[in-house]
Amino acid sequence: MFGKLTLEAIPYHEPIIMGAVAMMVLGGAALVAGITFFRLWGPLWSKWLTSVDHKNIGIMYIILALVMLLRGFADAVMMRTQQALASTGGAGPLPPEHFDQVFTAHGVIMIFFMAMPFMVGLMNIVVPLQIGARDVAFPYLNNLSFWLTAAGALLINISLAVGEFARTGWLAYPPLSELQYSPGVGVDYYLWALQISGVGTLLAGVNMITTILKMRAPGMTLMRMPIFTWTTLCSNMLIVAAFPILTATLAMLSLDRYLGMHFFTNDGGGNAMMYVNLIWAWGHPEVYILVLPAFGIFSEVISTFSSKKLFGYTSMVYATVCITVLSFIVWLHHFFTMGAGANVNAFFGISTMIISIPTGAKIFNWLFTMYRGRVQFTVPVLWTLGFMVTFVIGGMTGVLMAVPAADFVLHNSLFLIAHFHNVIIGGVLFGYLAGFTYWFPKAFGFKLNETLGKVSFWCWLVGFYLAFMPLYALGLMGMTRRMNHVDNVVWHNYLLVAALGAAIIACGIGAFVLQILVSVLNRKALRDLTGDPWNGRTLEWATSSPPAFYNFPQTPVVTARDAFWEQKQATGAGLQPLPAYGKIHMPHNTGTGVILGGFIAVLGFALIWHIWWLVVAAFAAAVAVGIGHTFNENRDYYVPSETVAETERKYFKQLTSQV
Amino acid sequence: MSNAHSVAAADAALLHGVEAHDEHHDDGSKTTLGFWIYLMSDCILFAAVFAAFAVLRGQTAGGPDAKELFSLPYVAGETAFLLVSSFTYGMAMIAAEKQKQSATLRWLGVTLLLGLGFMFMELHEFAELIGEGAGPDRSAFLSSFFTLVGTHGLHVLSGMVWMVTLIAHVLRRGLTHANIVRLTCLSLFWHFLDIVWIGVFTIVYLSGVAA
Repeated sequence: MFGKLTLEAIPYHEPIIMGAVAMMVLGGAALVAGITFFRLWGPLWSKWLTSVDHKNIGIMYIILALVMLLRGFADAVMMRTQQALASTGGAGPLPPEHFDQVFTAHGVIMIFFMAMPFMVGLMNIVVPLQIGARDVAFPYLNNLSFWLTAAGALLINISLAVGEFARTGWLAYPPLSELQYSPGVGVDYYLWALQISGVGTLLAGVNMITTILKMRAPGMTLMRMPIFTWTTLCSNMLIVAAFPILTATLAMLSLDRYLGMHFFTNDGGGNAMMYVNLIWAWGHPEVYILVLPAFGIFSEVISTFSSKKLFGYTSMVYATVCITVLSFIVWLHHFFTMGAGANVNAFFGISTMIISIPTGAKIFNWLFTMYRGRVQFTVPVLWTLGFMVTFVIGGMTGVLMAVPAADFVLHNSLFLIAHFHNVIIGGVLFGYLAGFTYWFPKAFGFKLNETLGKVSFWCWLVGFYLAFMPLYALGLMGMTRRMNHVDNVVWHNYLLVAALGAAIIACGIGAFVLQILVSVLNRKALRDLTGDPWNGRTLEWATSSPPAFYNFPQTPVVTARDAFWEQKQATGAGLQPLPAYGKIHMPHNTGTGVILGGFIAVLGFALIWHIWWLVVAAFAAAVAVGIGHTFNENRDYYVPSETVAETERKYFKQLTSQV
Repeated sequence: MSNAHSVAAADAALLHGVEAHDEHHDDGSKTTLGFWIYLMSDCILFAAVFAAFAVLRGQTAGGPDAKELFSLPYVAGETAFLLVSSFTYGMAMIAAEKQKQSATLRWLGVTLLLGLGFMFMELHEFAELIGEGAGPDRSAFLSSFFTLVGTHGLHVLSGMVWMVTLIAHVLRRGLTHANIVRLTCLSLFWHFLDIVWIGVFTIVYLSGVAA
């Protein structure tokens, strides 16, 4: 009846897990009670969960990302604590089988359920506004993509309370991840959570590329697009080109585990190294999927707050495109130790080093943008400056490891861990936090508290260096990754410093959460009615904040890069009411995405626990709902011109009364 | 230089003729482009599975190899079903463009039957192989064979489910613009599967038996 699922699956005897589960259950219950008490279920359903408005979907993505950031960071704290306490011979608080789940969950959550939704959320909020569009190309698909990502995240969180998570590391290398060595449900949770959210990401990629290619405002040629839109385009092209490889690879591992096939097994002629090749053929582009949009954010921020156009726009575009292409021919540097031979390793080592050239060009472009500009040291600029220093260090240790001979020494050591956190925290996360602060007033109509933002930045920066510089040293001393306990007094001191660094990062996260709370409470004082709080340059600032659901009362016309800046220079003023408004074509909200996401989450759960009748039922229900939706012909409507005129009249009245 | 002039001229035209521009009237080109992009991602999915097959084709683990298992005349029959179904789908599209509803439905029906024939032959082949003890769990070669051919088969199956759905749509609303766009997307999908099958036929069967 319930497949492999029994009451034994709940880890009652693990106090740490049960504590976390209790927190999650209590938090969830409090949320449900709050929503019920304030009678918010109706608005929540009609304005958010079923919304096809790209801005709302973007906000939901970012909320998901921030919640998962907290969960992933809790895992990080546990790892740092464990290694600090268990490096002088003691066993530490976490038993090995739990520790292995923690480092796996940390990696999976941070990449798939923190960084990816954060990135897709920012793109969703910003890109349609930057190109002067009313929505994305496929609004319903956008909603569905979000719910598929959320379904994957839900499965990961359920694994904490019911069963276990994978103990294999975040990429689940076979043969360890095969049934023979991982007979539990942990790897199955991993497979289905990633498979479901991966499909969501792929659909989001298709959607975003179509949006950018087909829906730009008249006059916005490709070389007039804002850089963030460019990096989003390249990043989504990588998604469309790389995620199918992940889907295929995970499917093959699933077939090994479910149908006894022999793709990657030790016996039957399987080839585990093929998995490693395939997963990195997705995995290396994935890091560029994450970092290219961050580069775009830094470009927007540095140009806005230096009050200058971006230095070397054309070279920035070409550098982005070069990185996009090169990212597909470097994957083997993740496993030089496979022993593919000197020539193969040399090829991939050199191609890896070549990537640093376009990346370096970008750094110089940002520096020259600031040169002789009037730089304002706002929070987004601090994140950008912190990034430039930190990312260059991380980039250089990366080039060091691109030397195959050096990599044979450093492979799977803490040096590698330090390197990729150096680029992912210093590049990706700093970028997204800069973007979060920069575009927050656009999404909500008020700015974030500046002081707490600075506190958060400095804690993150200092905490990062304290947490990861010791890991470089430990790696050079020979400490490998994923160690549950060691007995080495020399290493112990470095691990203590690293744990202190994690504590300071915790303060940074605390300040960030506090910043949001304080800003919401002070939103009246922080309100920005102009829609253009930073004297921005691109079209997202050429409308009210938060924008009306139709974004622009009239589609803007673009005759130059930095279209809004040029318009302000020409007219000497920001937003102006129009003499007349036309009707606007908009899509209806639909509950299909959330319902489909729910059935697919059930499908994933049933597959994990081998509850076959439920697999069939959930799959049939999902197909029926999906096909049924195509018979819904009432998908869009016209907003009458009077409604548009009334909305705009109210806005401008508010704007003038404030001034 | 002339390029800069033409851009400037286009800008001037834009500034004067904005009102006529109705940006959200979708002529189906967004849907078609989006579907093309999806198809390219599907192409990469197949590329990954093809690559796995290429790596594992020699790993028979003492079991039967391609030469012993495959019969080219049988596969030629499967291929004929699929290729002819592409042609009949093309006829359906021609009829749809001419707004001939009953002809469109007839050709779609023929396509569906040919697809069924293909699926039947493929499943029959699978059942025979499994019956001979050459199932997907026998060796890495057979795992990759069943996965590659099966992935294609699942695509054909979902294409057929889609076709039934579109027949219902056409019966309900006729050959509306929205339905023509849908038929066009399925047309792309169906021809795409044909191209993939030519890859399967060549790499799995022809070169397997010839090797």
